[in-house]
Amino acid sequence: MSTEIDTARAAALLDEAPLAHASLFRFATAGSVDDGKSTLVGRLLHDSKAILADQLDAVARTSADRGFGGSAGGIDLALLTDGLRAEREQGITIDVAYRYFATDRRSFILADCPGHVQYTKNTVTGASTADAVVVLIDARKGVLEQTRRHLSVLQLLRVAHVIVAVNKIDLVDFSESVFREIEADVQKVGRELGLGSDGITDLLVVPVSALDGDNVVERSERTPWYTGPALLEVLETLPAADELESHLESFRFPVQLVIRPQGALAPDAVAAGLDTEAYRDYRAYAGQITEGSVKVGDKVSVLTPGQDPRTTTVIGIDFAGAELLEAAAPQSVAIRLADEFDVARGDTIAAAGTVRESSADLYAALCWLSPKPLREGAKVLVKHGARTVQALVRSVSGKLDLATFNLEGASSLELNDIGHAQLRLAAPLPLENYLHHRRTGAFLVIDPLDGNTLAAGLVKDHPGDHEDERYSI
Amino acid sequence: MSTFLTEEPTQVTDVAASTRLSSLDTLESEAIHIIREVVAEFEKPALLFSGGKDSVVMLHLATKAFWPGKVPFPVLHVDTGHNFPEVIDFRDRTVERLGLKLVVGSVQEFIDRGELAERADGTRNPLQTVPLLDAIQSNKFDAVFGGGRRDEDKARAKERILSLRDEFGQWDPRNQRPELWNLYNGRHTVGQHVRAFPISNWTELDVWRYIERENIELPGLYYAHDREVFARDGMWRAVGEVSQPRPDEEVITKTVRYRTVGDMSCTGAVESSAATVRDVVIEVAASTITERGATRADDRISEAAMEDRKKDGYF
Repeated sequence: MSTEIDTARAAALLDEAPLAHASLFRFATAGSVDDGKSTLVGRLLHDSKAILADQLDAVARTSADRGFGGSAGGIDLALLTDGLRAEREQGITIDVAYRYFATDRRSFILADCPGHVQYTKNTVTGASTADAVVVLIDARKGVLEQTRRHLSVLQLLRVAHVIVAVNKIDLVDFSESVFREIEADVQKVGRELGLGSDGITDLLVVPVSALDGDNVVERSERTPWYTGPALLEVLETLPAADELESHLESFRFPVQLVIRPQGALAPDAVAAGLDTEAYRDYRAYAGQITEGSVKVGDKVSVLTPGQDPRTTTVIGIDFAGAELLEAAAPQSVAIRLADEFDVARGDTIAAAGTVRESSADLYAALCWLSPKPLREGAKVLVKHGARTVQALVRSVSGKLDLATFNLEGASSLELNDIGHAQLRLAAPLPLENYLHHRRTGAFLVIDPLDGNTLAAGLVKDHPGDHEDERYSI
Repeated sequence: MSTFLTEEPTQVTDVAASTRLSSLDTLESEAIHIIREVVAEFEKPALLFSGGKDSVVMLHLATKAFWPGKVPFPVLHVDTGHNFPEVIDFRDRTVERLGLKLVVGSVQEFIDRGELAERADGTRNPLQTVPLLDAIQSNKFDAVFGGGRRDEDKARAKERILSLRDEFGQWDPRNQRPELWNLYNGRHTVGQHVRAFPISNWTELDVWRYIERENIELPGLYYAHDREVFARDGMWRAVGEVSQPRPDEEVITKTVRYRTVGDMSCTGAVESSAATVRDVVIEVAASTITERGATRADDRISEAAMEDRKKDGYF
């Protein structure tokens, strides 16, 4: 076994420049404790040659100490993803860990989410930034309640691509009938949830053996009945969420800050020949495009909560000395507008006429992430985009049973619960339905006492507005 | 196009909405978003700047985030007194070029005052924590940008992009706030501060490719040069005022470069003929050894070395 990336290949890769154009893809893994998730992640890193030698040496030593067998040269691949000493001592994973690897086609960021404790907290965290989530199932056990919970959370968070890896297929003798049965169960749960059939998300099922590498990086000859791509091929070819959304969504740009040097330009910009006089009245709004795209000349609305939207025209899109004609999510840029409005941090610039009024009434699904429970009447902070406002929890209207997908009566939410709540905000916010706007429909609930994050919030439509059925779980 | 700017734009880029951004563009935009968030939400940020490549990239990103305005925060350097002279020179030139304020925390001054003791092995890297926390407290910095990356080691892989530190500068890995979407919660109480790591998601190769793409200047010792070295602990150590060979250690001249530029007394050089940034990018792409493992003696002490130092308030 070799981890060498040959210098000639590296040079060729760089010179032919696929790397320069390779896109970034973020995915997360979710699974129960014995589903072999760490082994799968280790296998992906190992077979895509992302593991560097000194880490591998340490893992090989430990594997030998523990008398580990297996087909990766006697290396326990699960050890590669172990993190902190506290975790190694207890043989568990405490927290989401981020891993990085690249192939010829893509750079990957992997959020490795532990499944056994606080699975909702970790899955929600990992899935919030993921383009795809890989859910592991043990082929010997099939779809468990835990699987239903995971899929339910992923549907709620509107993860663009859900990939179910049916692992340990070697332990069921590469049986097609076992796989097909599990596949049918997964698709059935998907249909119940609206996952993969709602035009927003898709759901794929792949048979793998993480321990032996079947269908992880290369297609396996031991599953001739499976004609689909290996897991890595899937991850290399799926469109990233921003690519999907640049077609689906309208332009949204939360203003982070105003760039207004008032003649005090950066010395290096002046040294590079920038004319100080020309920039004396320079004013641009800095932020990151959260959805869609914008062109110079586009009509846009400036949304200041509590005020009527103001319409103006984009006259410039600047990025560090470059003038762009067009920009798209997730680019960070600075936008200049035709009219000298008073625009500040917390305002949103959006495609004209595509946004509804700000509201101080917030209806939401809350993923409760704190050991401190939520009670009706609690005062909290809501962080939405660049604004943080006080809020009162008026009511908790139910708690989701993730296994049955039913909403049950509840008046409080505990750690790892997902429920519905109504909040009254001290100031209106430009809230949008999370179903259609993953960024402007998301918020944090923060404890005003210690500043800790209590919940991940997903904005829902007001009752009485058109309620989307897919979202009514 | 705008009629606002009287001069020719330096570059006109046509980005079709459907065109995929490269991974470097995406990482750059993410980092700039984080830098702007911290500047908007904190009273008094500072950027840790050692002249090392990650901090140089951080400073470059900051200049892009606020262009054409100035970088709106000072830079902070913890000087061990054992730094490479050419790196200190690079630090001072960079600060001058960008018109920045430089705050220096000096390990030597703490030793001279008897508030820190020299270690038996002569290494001063672990001694940086005390002057760092002192500089943060005495300057009332509430957010400190660092160039730490999650691919560097296992402890960093679990650290948040905004990482809360208590009154003692300690990191509590078991009690971290979940970090969701691109919403960063930087709330903190008096005495606490936040470490911000905007390039958390970059790899060593990303950093080098970005240095190449952006034509970023680095201290010369990142590139291959001839140097008098001796072998110790499986690394090539430079001969210098604070790094002297023992009688049994033979001094030879080798063509080397540095992958990190920390303290002279514990940072090793690697044999390399990579004299240009392109050579280095190829070398890094082909490399099989992570940078800390290769060249930092203090990280070799134990697998949990970084975890322990971070808990105590290290970078």
